[in-house]
Amino acid sequence: MLSRVAERVYWQARYLERAENMARLLNVFSTLLLDLPPRTKLGWHSLVEITGTDEAFDAKYKQALERNVIRFLLSDNNGYSVLDMLALTRENARTTREIMPMEAFEQINNLYFFAKENLANGVARGPRHELLEKIIASCQQISGLMAGSMSRGAAYSFVRLGRSLERADMTTRIVDVGSGNLLPALSGADVLPEVNEPYENTLWMNILRSQSAYQMYRQNVKHRVNAEDVVKFLLQDEEFPRAVTHALVTLTKVLGKLPNNTKVSKQVEKTLRIVRQGKIDQLLDRGLLPYIDRLQLEIAMIHQEIAKTWFLPNK
Amino acid sequence: MRVNWKNYNPGNFYDEMISTPGYARQPSRRLASHLKSLTHEELLQKKLAAELAIKTMGISFTVYSDAGNIDREWPFDIIPRIIAEKEWNSTSLGLQQRLRALNCFIHDIYNEQKIFKDKIIPKELILNSSNFRKECMGIKPRFDVWAHICGTDLIKDGSGEFCVLEDNLRVPSGVSYMLENRRVTKRIFPELFEDDYNIRPITEYPDQLFDTLAAISPRPSDYPEVAVLTPGVFNSAYFEHSYLAQRMGAELVEGSDLIVEKDKVFMKTIDGLSQVDVIYRRIDDLFLDPSVFNKNSVLGVSGLFKAWVKGNVALANAPGAGVADDKIIYTYVPQFIKYYLGEDPILPNVPSFLCIDKLQRQYVLQNLDKLVVKPANESGGYGMLIGPQASKKELAEFARRIKADPRNYMAQPLISLSTVPVLCDRTVEPRHVDLRPFVLQADKSYVTAGGLTRVAMVKGSYIVNSSQGGGSKDTWIVGDN
Repeated sequence: MLSRVAERVYWQARYLERAENMARLLNVFSTLLLDLPPRTKLGWHSLVEITGTDEAFDAKYKQALERNVIRFLLSDNNGYSVLDMLALTRENARTTREIMPMEAFEQINNLYFFAKENLANGVARGPRHELLEKIIASCQQISGLMAGSMSRGAAYSFVRLGRSLERADMTTRIVDVGSGNLLPALSGADVLPEVNEPYENTLWMNILRSQSAYQMYRQNVKHRVNAEDVVKFLLQDEEFPRAVTHALVTLTKVLGKLPNNTKVSKQVEKTLRIVRQGKIDQLLDRGLLPYIDRLQLEIAMIHQEIAKTWFLPNK
Repeated sequence: MRVNWKNYNPGNFYDEMISTPGYARQPSRRLASHLKSLTHEELLQKKLAAELAIKTMGISFTVYSDAGNIDREWPFDIIPRIIAEKEWNSTSLGLQQRLRALNCFIHDIYNEQKIFKDKIIPKELILNSSNFRKECMGIKPRFDVWAHICGTDLIKDGSGEFCVLEDNLRVPSGVSYMLENRRVTKRIFPELFEDDYNIRPITEYPDQLFDTLAAISPRPSDYPEVAVLTPGVFNSAYFEHSYLAQRMGAELVEGSDLIVEKDKVFMKTIDGLSQVDVIYRRIDDLFLDPSVFNKNSVLGVSGLFKAWVKGNVALANAPGAGVADDKIIYTYVPQFIKYYLGEDPILPNVPSFLCIDKLQRQYVLQNLDKLVVKPANESGGYGMLIGPQASKKELAEFARRIKADPRNYMAQPLISLSTVPVLCDRTVEPRHVDLRPFVLQADKSYVTAGGLTRVAMVKGSYIVNSSQGGGSKDTWIVGDN
């Protein structure tokens, strides 16, 4: 397989996954809103922080109002929005048409046109939920189509690499939502911890839902929803597909099918160790943020190793 | 909008479907009555379904403009064009004959040059052609074939007979659109495929193309490594490059994906370097290899030409094949057929006047307002003069150009191109068409069943090029049921 094509296939999968996850993130924020007491101010700015787009956002908008943040992450042309992720997915799919299933391109193409025509309407709360659900479902349909029609050769391996790595990265960001970024905004100085507690549960429950993880969590974790168990589940569960550990284990399996994988595999193993050995209870007490930052850095290193090994032209 | 053939008037032109208002020719008769039976809503629905299918399937082409390149949806008219199988069979033989003769000619001028010695064509005419590559002298490609893929433009004249308008031997495009047009038509007119017509399938083209390319591989192997070399995603035919690579299961490569080592060509893959046997190149000669041709080319691969000369890689079409693509050389092709094959041409040329010949030039200059003047080496319908539609200023300008550089111009009478019905906003109206079949040659030869029909969508216009607002149609070769 050509290095250039491998790179485009990999990015196509990453952008598609990122579009889906971004839609999930926007959905959870919007739903959360409905469960919180009327006068609570949600920290909308934390949403752009989580996605690492705060600088670009601040340059364009003065205030982190709901409609600004949603517009920015949903339909603006800024290289970060769901719409732009889908445009990039399409562009990478368009330039790898010769090896991707024809139907996959058709679906991606359709999804892009749908998004282009409709996403701007999602700034209003009314249609937002339905739109985001449609985007999420379409992304999953495309992933399913590829799973069902691509041979397990190099091309599909790069699809899985891109998807799994993006998933691992985004799940750490979503854990971020619960662990710190949002709560200070929720708990004003005048609010007692007891008053805050039910809302904390709501928060974690919504975070699980955003990852379609609520049911699986319920079946596997016998405790009621609480911070420690949710973070453990999303970071360390071996079986749940969106959990970071599962995504990284998938990577190691896929890497076994690709040539010259030693360096990449080493970096994945290292990251896996850090995730598995994390003592979540202690980390939660001290603040999860530095740990999550570290994880995101290691995940970025995996990408760099992948690029160095397979994407850079031999000469 | 309901189709009423009584209001359809092709005037003085030869219409391929309707002979006189109200009367359809065979074998278009059933199509004509089927169209007539559809309601306004049904027709509209089919038109919309086709537009949607084209958008969904991502059938597009790129238009270059000052405001940047736009990826535009492929223009398509839903009414198929019908050609009788019997007529097509002899046309197809004519096309294969023509390409055989052209390949003999190209091989001759790069080797023995018998044709100059026998004074069939003046030597200077070839050696001055901008598509003649002196670097190719003495090379003998496999089967002595230089042009493996040819797109021949055919038109029907006022009497409804096919004649050849030009031969495209460099990097002819359009075949993917021919295939996709059929796919769209099957979606919108399944009823005609099922019950009414025995339509020759065209889907085998990518397999035929692969076989042609595999046949010229220098390494004997069941699975030669075939690659399609594209200038990249910004090229107007990129859709086609990726489409053909996909359908052949070949790699789609850009110049930067290839490297030449020890006169062999390799692709850069995730496993390291992997040798390439055959390159279906979709970039022009001059950009192929910066070490031999255009030094500034970033599209090509340094060392590629030498690897080809040494016989370590096959190039389709071979460098230098474009010499026969010249519109002046075109006028000699009927003579080539006689000279090399000892046969009479099956397909006629359009009558032409060479400006390099003093007498013919005089005639051209005196009748400029009645003729179509073409430069020797332009494609895409650029740089042409259509005399009857030109202003005085344009006529004077072309007279000046012809006198300054007679070698570079030829002229033809304005052929009354045939028409076919096209679905317009509210009616069905006649529009002019041409046809580009694709001809393959290596160890054996092949012609597509039909080809790409291009339509001049503007009323009265003769310009069918998609870059200049032309449309397209599915083309059916139909046999007796």
